[in-house]
Amino acid sequence: MDISVKEIEHIANLSRITLTVDEKKTFAKQLTNILDYIEKLNELDTDEVQPMAYATSLKNVFREDKLKSSFSRQEILELSPSSTNGFFKVPKVIE
Amino acid sequence: MKYEVVMGLETHAELDTESKLFCGCSTKFGSEPNTQTCPVCLGLPGVLPVMNKKAFEHSLKAALTLNCEISKFTNFDRKSYYYPDLPKNYQTSQNYFNIGNNGYVDIVVKGKEKRIDIHNVHLEEEAGKLIHPETSGANYSLVDFNRAGVPLLEIVTQPDMRNVEEVESYMQALRNILLYIGVSDCKMQEGSLRFEVSISLREKGSNVLGNRVEIKNLNSMKAVLKVLAYEMSRQSSLLDKGENVLMETRLWDDVDSVSRRMRSKEEAHDYRYFPEPDLVPIWIDQEWINEIRATIPELPVDKHQRFVNEYSISDYDAGILTEDKHLADYFEECVGLSQDSPKELSNWIINDVLRELNERKTNVQDFIVSPKMLVELVKIKPTIGSSIAKDVFGEMINTGRTAPSIVKEKNLTQIDDVSELNDIVTKVIEDNPKAAEDYGQGKKSALTFLIGQTMKITRGKANPKILTKILMERLSAGSK
Repeated sequence: MDISVKEIEHIANLSRITLTVDEKKTFAKQLTNILDYIEKLNELDTDEVQPMAYATSLKNVFREDKLKSSFSRQEILELSPSSTNGFFKVPKVIE
Repeated sequence: MKYEVVMGLETHAELDTESKLFCGCSTKFGSEPNTQTCPVCLGLPGVLPVMNKKAFEHSLKAALTLNCEISKFTNFDRKSYYYPDLPKNYQTSQNYFNIGNNGYVDIVVKGKEKRIDIHNVHLEEEAGKLIHPETSGANYSLVDFNRAGVPLLEIVTQPDMRNVEEVESYMQALRNILLYIGVSDCKMQEGSLRFEVSISLREKGSNVLGNRVEIKNLNSMKAVLKVLAYEMSRQSSLLDKGENVLMETRLWDDVDSVSRRMRSKEEAHDYRYFPEPDLVPIWIDQEWINEIRATIPELPVDKHQRFVNEYSISDYDAGILTEDKHLADYFEECVGLSQDSPKELSNWIINDVLRELNERKTNVQDFIVSPKMLVELVKIKPTIGSSIAKDVFGEMINTGRTAPSIVKEKNLTQIDDVSELNDIVTKVIEDNPKAAEDYGQGKKSALTFLIGQTMKITRGKANPKILTKILMERLSAGSK
């Protein structure tokens, strides 16, 4: 399965990253290789196998609606590159 | 208009829980920014979200109330998008196996019933709140993640609505239902209930749908109605000119009352849904469904009908009383205390209680006059007369005292005693011979004047019926 440079550009755009022309070519090739490798699984006959999305057979796991203390704001904000007045500060997102 | 309008609604309702959907942080509104967060709702690496049972059961209850088919198997999916209101770069939502599908809500518009089909009901997590500083030149936005991870119910209709009255009626019906079943406080001013609309126009009689425009950012029912009116005229004038309506997402600008196109970059969605591996699937069996169904109370539409049948009040009055569950409860509590006068109690509530609540901008749960106090007033009314009863009601609101104590203290009991009234009338006629004479000569307004004089002396306490009768008898006798 060939991943084109155009698809790489689409994924890069969705991920908000900028790639050089060379990187796009490299990643297109690498992703193609990865998908080809995964493709091998299709050689198996899975007609009788139910689709599986989960690695465990657990189901209906809940917690009660109980409050737990939150983290201190200072501790949380220190994790981010930029904050002000108790808010996280990010590049402007509207025009 | 020569076009038919086709509209659908997506509603987001924050569910009423103490803690968030996947962690124990509080859902309280209005706290200091970022004081209700933890590694789970901030999406830090290595954390494990665990589903809040109450939030899930609230969703199930809503789906059942909205007549949905309940999925035996449900799970959650990651909806990928990069926007700073979500710290994880995906929203945990449902895409492939919603809790409920194919439901409906029955609404009444201009006396006619109409069924609005519900496409699906699903549970997801709320995003954080973005603040865009208005300082000119500010090149940043601020993020408060207190709201991130609050349980959010999404209810999606089919494009079944054909005019704004239907949309309005649907929004109100849905809000009432959610309030009645107690899954959301639906406080629009706090963003607990929000709408997105889709609207397209087509030539009347056509079966083909026109290009659909979606409008987000609608925080009030008024805004929904305004945006729909705006879009109808915008789209119809485009079509009139033979131009195309672009299929796009627009944002409503409440300040300028216009809808604006979102930048195509913001619109370029590719959500890449896939099952959320950190949450296990949920199987819903019949026993659980029965258990939840048993908690659904009487719904507004049913209550409305029952009020008409049981209490013989008008359809219109029953509609007003059942619009707010708490008001309906207030009414029924009153009726429970005094079975003999539902009609009169309903009048008091609709005319006087509601007027006071509106003026005082308070709700019936906090109203100073309790059902018991209102019933006492209605019971004592025959002894004080309607007009004084209104004054007593005002006094009750101002002082919080009961009607019997006010009546007793101010000695407001109506004078019904014929001989007592006779004596007063004698005096009034003596004091106003001219008026008595005028009446005798056919000047009927003199009677009103004399009634007024008597009321003045008795401070409004004379029983007006008995008084009028006595006065007329005495005056006719006098003129002979």
